[in-house]
Amino acid sequence: MRLLTHNMLSSNIKGVSSGFPLRIEVEKVVEKQVEMNADFLRNMFPKIEWKAFAYAAKALGYSDLPEEADSSQLNSQDFLQKFHHALLELHLEEGVLICPETGRRFPVNRGIPNMLLHEDEV
Amino acid sequence: MWYLCVFYHRLLDYRKPEVQALAELFGAFGDDDKSRSLEWRLPKEYHPDSPFHFVNLPSEDIARNIANRSILVKGMHEIWGEGSCYEEMEEAIRGYPEDRKLPYLTLESTFKINIDSFGKAISSEDQKEWIKRLSFIPFKGPVNLQNPEHKFWFLETDNYGSNNGLPPIVQKRIFFGREVGAADRKLLPTYQLKSRTYIGPTAMDAEMAFLMANQGLAAPGKLIYDPFVGTGSILVAAAHFGAMTMGADIDIRVVRDGRGPDCNVWSNFRQYGLSEPISLIRADNNLPSWRAGLNEVFDAIICDPPYGVRAGGRKSGGRKLLKGVVDPYTVPEEKRADHIPSTAPYSLAECVHDLLDLAGRMLVMGGRLVFFYPMLRDEFCDTDFPEHPCFRLIAACEQILSYRYSRVLLTMVKVEPYTTEIADSAKKMHQDFRENHMKWLEEGNLHAAVFAPIDHRSDVNGDSKIISKDTKAKYRGKYV
Repeated sequence: MRLLTHNMLSSNIKGVSSGFPLRIEVEKVVEKQVEMNADFLRNMFPKIEWKAFAYAAKALGYSDLPEEADSSQLNSQDFLQKFHHALLELHLEEGVLICPETGRRFPVNRGIPNMLLHEDEV
Repeated sequence: MWYLCVFYHRLLDYRKPEVQALAELFGAFGDDDKSRSLEWRLPKEYHPDSPFHFVNLPSEDIARNIANRSILVKGMHEIWGEGSCYEEMEEAIRGYPEDRKLPYLTLESTFKINIDSFGKAISSEDQKEWIKRLSFIPFKGPVNLQNPEHKFWFLETDNYGSNNGLPPIVQKRIFFGREVGAADRKLLPTYQLKSRTYIGPTAMDAEMAFLMANQGLAAPGKLIYDPFVGTGSILVAAAHFGAMTMGADIDIRVVRDGRGPDCNVWSNFRQYGLSEPISLIRADNNLPSWRAGLNEVFDAIICDPPYGVRAGGRKSGGRKLLKGVVDPYTVPEEKRADHIPSTAPYSLAECVHDLLDLAGRMLVMGGRLVFFYPMLRDEFCDTDFPEHPCFRLIAACEQILSYRYSRVLLTMVKVEPYTTEIADSAKKMHQDFRENHMKWLEEGNLHAAVFAPIDHRSDVNGDSKIISKDTKAKYRGKYV
């Protein structure tokens, strides 16, 4: 699971009001090189909740991201490279996503987060 | 400028919408062009199902881009001359402006003349004869049959009537022109399902998946989502065109496990050297887990929802629980980690409503929702398609699957931003729609209608086979 996905998901258990950001428990992280597409990064940037993104990158062991970011930084090649690396090249292969409100654990197995709810949670 | 667009004679409903979509993708429409539709014209007295259509495009580059990216364009041609007989065509070619012809006839440029006829075969002797008769055109360069710089086409249709399953053409017509571009159909054997490592029973065939990706304007830098990803057959096509992809499915065995480490959704992308999806998620389309505040993030949503004919949809919540037969089941604490939740059937009406709502929220403005919708053929009627206030329907292409039912590929464009008021009014529209279509949208009814045994009441004398043979139309139309 890449961090773009983490930034889009929340816990949707019935009754939970702030299920975002999901806390990350890491078992295994892998890095895979991906060709950079600057247009894609610029399209995605405004959609990213930066604080949650920087937290997630740190959880996966990457702490080169600034605490805050605004769109003017997209002109910097250095920033784009870091953004790209954190967004698309880091994968949470095995681990758990934890609902910040209820502590419900959503397993991430072979890179695939399992967001399906139990019968008593819908 | 007008070009002759010659189509492959298949998937007739899909041909013009594909060109139309690619025209949008390659910038054929100006920003102030409200209609965003191409101008088409048929050769005189041709049937709309004919493979020959004229289309007006702003430039040759756009025409080339459209044709080369398409799946159903056999050739896009600049016509130098046409007529109902050879003499008339020759006259027209001679009269065609020199400055349009000479740049393609120079000493250095290699060329080839192809001959194609629709609805009949031409012997190789006749073909040579036809080519000789074109010698009045001052070709100066050498012939190159393998890899010519310029391809010319001599196209013929005959007035074969309507007896052989082809669309009726009243007038014989011949065309001569220069090819500007043509579909690369070699893609299809490369991507055919039978050589793909991981497929399921409802994997989308390669040709249709590419058509869907074209309707969704897949291109580099875009993010495309399939909420019913299955084995990823639709996203493979989108990734081929350079788009970033994301997929979700409720069945974890399909998205996570596949059939082993080298036979799963990821390996389907690796097999063709495509970028792997940004993510695959196990999630329920009925209860999406997108965070609050996330919207307008996908450029297109392309999918084949489960409509209960070959595969039925599932959603969270046990079957008995939903019917109120049992009290809500509480999962014991020690079993929570490995618990596999039971799922309930997901009716088509609900599934389509959720899909439209998701698309309304998650698509960028101008983004596209492309999905299949089933139709019982005796009920086929344009007004029956689901609607949503955020979307404008721009194409509905029918593919007949059996005597009883067909599927229609709907392409919708997001034209209004999503608001809570819109979501509420969409819910109301959905209720009305559901009431009107209750009888076959509910669980199992579509399946029953498609697979019900033939009604034998009419053939008291036992000669039903003869009757059905006779009533079958000679012209196959949309069956091709």
